Amino acid sequence: MIEGAVWRRWVFFYIPLTLFLIFLLFPFYWMLITTFRPDGELYRPWRAANYTPFWTWNPTLDHIAYLFRETMFATWLWNTMFIAIASTIISLICGVFAGYALARLNFPFAGSLGTGIFITYLVPQTLLFIPLSEIIRNYKLGDTPWSLILTYPTFLIPFCTWLMMGYFKAVPKELEECARIDGASRWQAMLYIIIPVAIPGILSAGIFAFTLSWNEFIYALVFLSSPEQKTVPVGVVSELIRGDVFFWGPLMAGALLGSIPVAIAYSFFVEHYVSGLTGSVKG
Amino acid sequence: MAVAASTSTSERVIVAKAKWRPLENERNLAWLLLLPTMVLLGLFIAYPFMRGLLLSVTDTRVGIPGEFVGLANFRRLASDPIFHAVVWNTCWYTLVTTIFKLGLGLWLALLLNRSFKFKAFTRAFILLPFIIPTVLSTFAWKWMFDPTFSVLNWMLYQTGIIRVAINWLGDGDLAMLSIIIVNIWRGVPFFAISLLAGLQTISPDLNEAAAIDGARPLQRFWYITWPLLLPVTMVVMLFSVIQTFADFQIVYVMTGGGPANATHLFATYAYQLGVGTGLLSQGAAVSLAMFPILLLIVIVQLLYIRRVEVR
Repeated sequence: MIEGAVWRRWVFFYIPLTLFLIFLLFPFYWMLITTFRPDGELYRPWRAANYTPFWTWNPTLDHIAYLFRETMFATWLWNTMFIAIASTIISLICGVFAGYALARLNFPFAGSLGTGIFITYLVPQTLLFIPLSEIIRNYKLGDTPWSLILTYPTFLIPFCTWLMMGYFKAVPKELEECARIDGASRWQAMLYIIIPVAIPGILSAGIFAFTLSWNEFIYALVFLSSPEQKTVPVGVVSELIRGDVFFWGPLMAGALLGSIPVAIAYSFFVEHYVSGLTGSVKG
Repeated sequence: MAVAASTSTSERVIVAKAKWRPLENERNLAWLLLLPTMVLLGLFIAYPFMRGLLLSVTDTRVGIPGEFVGLANFRRLASDPIFHAVVWNTCWYTLVTTIFKLGLGLWLALLLNRSFKFKAFTRAFILLPFIIPTVLSTFAWKWMFDPTFSVLNWMLYQTGIIRVAINWLGDGDLAMLSIIIVNIWRGVPFFAISLLAGLQTISPDLNEAAAIDGARPLQRFWYITWPLLLPVTMVVMLFSVIQTFADFQIVYVMTGGGPANATHLFATYAYQLGVGTGLLSQGAAVSLAMFPILLLIVIVQLLYIRRVEVR
């Protein structure tokens, strides 16, 4: 509830919130408007008369057409999707299993392993990309989607494990014990009783992992070299800039279209995403 | 569903009872479940870390296997003026952005913690800068900061704040300011949504009781909300500081470390040395130099978090 006089409500609530929204969303609006603006309007000096930066009366699909005709944008989209889904699945399987073991099973070194996984959660990709690129080359994985499908889980698994541990800890022990008394093995109790209960957690971890791998840049930049293997962020960076010349129309079109799949996935699972985000922080 | 599953499995289990069942042992099952994780993390985190250490004490370049040179790479960094700038830039960048992200994020969280129309909608939209791939959204910012066609310059000119165009990315200090703005823009949603979750766990009764006792809003915030929010704040800070310290994407797209190395961070300088110039071992040394600093940040913050949580 917002209490107080009308002016207080505006000064302390509506105006700041609106300013925040403008600040946070304007770049996306700018992406959108640039995508549909013809080049003639785009490269007009900013002090020209009748300059209407926030709207265009001559929308065009040229930039999007350029993207699909002159570059391999469709391939990049497909690559990114494939890599993101594959690495998410691998990370979910590993994370669910590891989270279950760390949260519900008694075994020596459980505590220190949990800490170890938490610490790898804090290792940024930029720390290891140079030695990792050597290893990728030695394993003959360079310039293949597998170089990313196998390395993305390194920053996704710790997060998934951490989140799943939280979910598994909340499931009462009795549930498992009942199943075991009925004759289920440990494995079956896990697979058929505990994991189904934790499905909201799995969805949260999955959507979070998907957006993270869609976002990843430095590994993709270093490990991939041929245009037909690239992901959207790397493709946009390397193929839409020629030396010092930026093709702003296609660049913004690529940024917009490259964001749409992840925005759609996010919009379906907003609540799960938010609980994943906050769960990862609370641990 | 759980009931049906357990009855159908129990029949199978009776048949299998006589068999050797190693997975009934908690230890065996735990190790089996942890195996895939440990293999992947070992292969692609622990092993590269060791390789990185080995690489940094050689003089390896792309295609040329190096020889052991001891700490020469690190000694070279110690006398490298660009590396000094890198350390300073990274610390400054991390400090300034973290302060603003915390301040603005907390403010936004407090705004969102009230109930109003379209709240869920607003919250979903606010997270967009955090969801959309950073490289792609940073391009939108680069286009907004374009020297000739900057829409920001247009807005500032129209409102009468400036008379001549600002060359945002052409001047060292302004370029630093620009990447700081983009980083804040990207990080505020994460702070806001995480802190909002923390705010929602604070019982409104506490604030009401304090209000009845005559505490003013600012006092209520300082003596009730802030202390209760502190554990969540510290964890959010921990993640944010590490990500910011090791940031690559924003600087790579906006300035590439320029102009004249004014905006190089650890990661971009390591990339330039290791991938751009092919001096693999020097690049590895630069990125490994991040490690002791990150470790220190993690230890200090974890100790602090523990103290806050115990209290």
